[in-house]
Amino acid sequence: MSDEPQEFSQFPVNQELSSDQKIELLTQMMRIRRFEQVSLKHYQGGKIGGFLHLYIGQEAVAVGTISLKGDNDHFITAYRDHGHALAVGMGMNECMAEMFGKQSGCSKGKGGSMHFFAPDKNFWGGHGIVAGQTPLGLGLGYGLKYQNKRGCCLCYLGDGAVNQGAFHESLNLAKLFEIPVVYVIENNGYSMGTSQVRSSAQPEFLAQRAEAYDMDWDIVDGSNLYEVRAKTHVAMERARNEFQPTILEINTYRYYGHSIADANHKKYRTPEEIEDYKQNHDPINVFQRKLIDEGVITDEQVAEITKAATQEANDAVKFADDAPSPTIKDITKDVYWETDNETEASTIGRHFFGD
Amino acid sequence: MSRKMLYRHAIREALDEELARDENVVVMGEEVAQYNGAYKVTEGLWEKWGDKRIVDTPISEAGFIGMGIGASMLGVRPVMELMFWSFHSVAFDQLVNNAACVRYMSGGLINVPIVVRGPANGGTNVGATHSHIPEGLFAAFPGLKVCAPATPADAKGLMKAAIRDNDPVYVMENTKLYGIEGEVPDPEDGDHVVPLGKADIKREGSDLSIIAHGRSVLHALEAAQTLQEKHGIDVEVLDLRSIRPLDVEAIIATVHKTNRVMLVDESKPFGGVSAMVSTIIHEEAFDYLDAPVARVCSIDAPAIYSPHIEDEQLPNPRRIVEKALMMG
Repeated sequence: MSDEPQEFSQFPVNQELSSDQKIELLTQMMRIRRFEQVSLKHYQGGKIGGFLHLYIGQEAVAVGTISLKGDNDHFITAYRDHGHALAVGMGMNECMAEMFGKQSGCSKGKGGSMHFFAPDKNFWGGHGIVAGQTPLGLGLGYGLKYQNKRGCCLCYLGDGAVNQGAFHESLNLAKLFEIPVVYVIENNGYSMGTSQVRSSAQPEFLAQRAEAYDMDWDIVDGSNLYEVRAKTHVAMERARNEFQPTILEINTYRYYGHSIADANHKKYRTPEEIEDYKQNHDPINVFQRKLIDEGVITDEQVAEITKAATQEANDAVKFADDAPSPTIKDITKDVYWETDNETEASTIGRHFFGD
Repeated sequence: MSRKMLYRHAIREALDEELARDENVVVMGEEVAQYNGAYKVTEGLWEKWGDKRIVDTPISEAGFIGMGIGASMLGVRPVMELMFWSFHSVAFDQLVNNAACVRYMSGGLINVPIVVRGPANGGTNVGATHSHIPEGLFAAFPGLKVCAPATPADAKGLMKAAIRDNDPVYVMENTKLYGIEGEVPDPEDGDHVVPLGKADIKREGSDLSIIAHGRSVLHALEAAQTLQEKHGIDVEVLDLRSIRPLDVEAIIATVHKTNRVMLVDESKPFGGVSAMVSTIIHEEAFDYLDAPVARVCSIDAPAIYSPHIEDEQLPNPRRIVEKALMMG
């Protein structure tokens, strides 16, 4: 934690990045931000239903960690999932269409903002119940080990999830069974409207709970993409090579409320606090300045990337607007694998009831 | 040829055969390996298959069931034992949110080929928290499948179907049936698989249909014998075997045949399996009924401990006979 940010750029995992790759990392963060800013506009315009949990301010966590992905590395997160979805390579079109409740959405309009999935990109959601995904992440790691694949699962959770029982059961099992899983606590300081000191008995380091399970842990500055990559790489290698789990606590900040329905988010924290983060710790600004200092990118290029990301997000809105809605017939599809695939088993007995 | 076999051994044989058939099948749960199973269902499997395939877990139902669900998304096929189905409550989020909904919420991109199995019954004087009978509860969640075998042959055949199914299947066994013996087809005569969704007429009759599942089937058969011998009533007993998918055709067929129906269901009357079956009969065979549908369920209170009275809270042959005679 006391390390100078600059130092992390010298870690091998960052030194090996080409200029193009660095620009790509910045581009990914900017795409996520623009995507969400445009989402917000259309949520407020009534085109998106339910909740909208924005990731704005936390982009370096998803982009930094997922940039370390190998073929057999898998990812699963909670409901604040837009950043992870775009970082694994999901398209803005299918994600926007999902939020618009359209058939062309990544989940055919059946999941919404909190439930994006892309198993073909090793991304397993998008889960709505706080900490409910933590045993699933454990299971993905279990599956990799069972099938003798060298890889790991990164399972993300918020700081509010650390007090759920399912998370602690998962930690115990992860260490006991030597599962290649890395739990990434994205600590944005607030579990909805309740600050860390008001929700955790030992509030200094949430990741320190790892010690109760004889597990490694580390604290990461989430505004520094190089640091995110450097420290996550260590944890992922530990999982892949030694089947040892880790808890990483990545300190970050969300600019908006818990969700856009969180009307009190300016009451439980001060405008100065939000402004300070924007000015001094914004992961995109921090990384952008670094790349300019390194001579990797120019202001003009940054402007071009911003423009392209905005255009891409607006195009996604057009795509989502034009996409067809699900039909009543679609409601009972995707319930059972056997009925969807019209197998022999699906012809025996009644699977659906009522009209 | 068939052999006489205990219900618990029939399940073990199903597990053993599926472990041999598919290397992705893994049995996990509390005390399933080194202890040989709290009810000895998995006895000998750890010795035969070893640590990778037969896994003892700590007492962490939410943790290990969620872990099994996660692993199944990658193609592992976990068969997870709940020492009692009553312990579902501490793993409920995993059982109904993750197992039942992840396929739907992903628009069909994911499937969860898990089996969760264990005993779900009253009648063992262990009090209310260990005596839940949740087949109706879980069948109420689209995305889940539920079955409740009454005989050793059905227990083996349904378990094999459950393991091969690509959706989550919850198999409700019964501690009072584990020691019951019955005929089970010999493996040498072919693969014995009982498909989900297929009911079975356990006794033919023409005056009254009793529709039941699980241990209630045995009670119904005993009551049917009494009703025949002492009252000249010819009872048909339809064993549902599978709760979801449900063999509605067989239900309607037996109503058409006898025009009188009694539902026997160990779960509580409010919203249980019997309530659902009764609704279906009224919706689809009302004109064939000569009398209102009768029900024998557990008496509507948490399960009583007292060994003097618990059997009277549950459906039993005496209560079934009395109810049948009241139907006129």
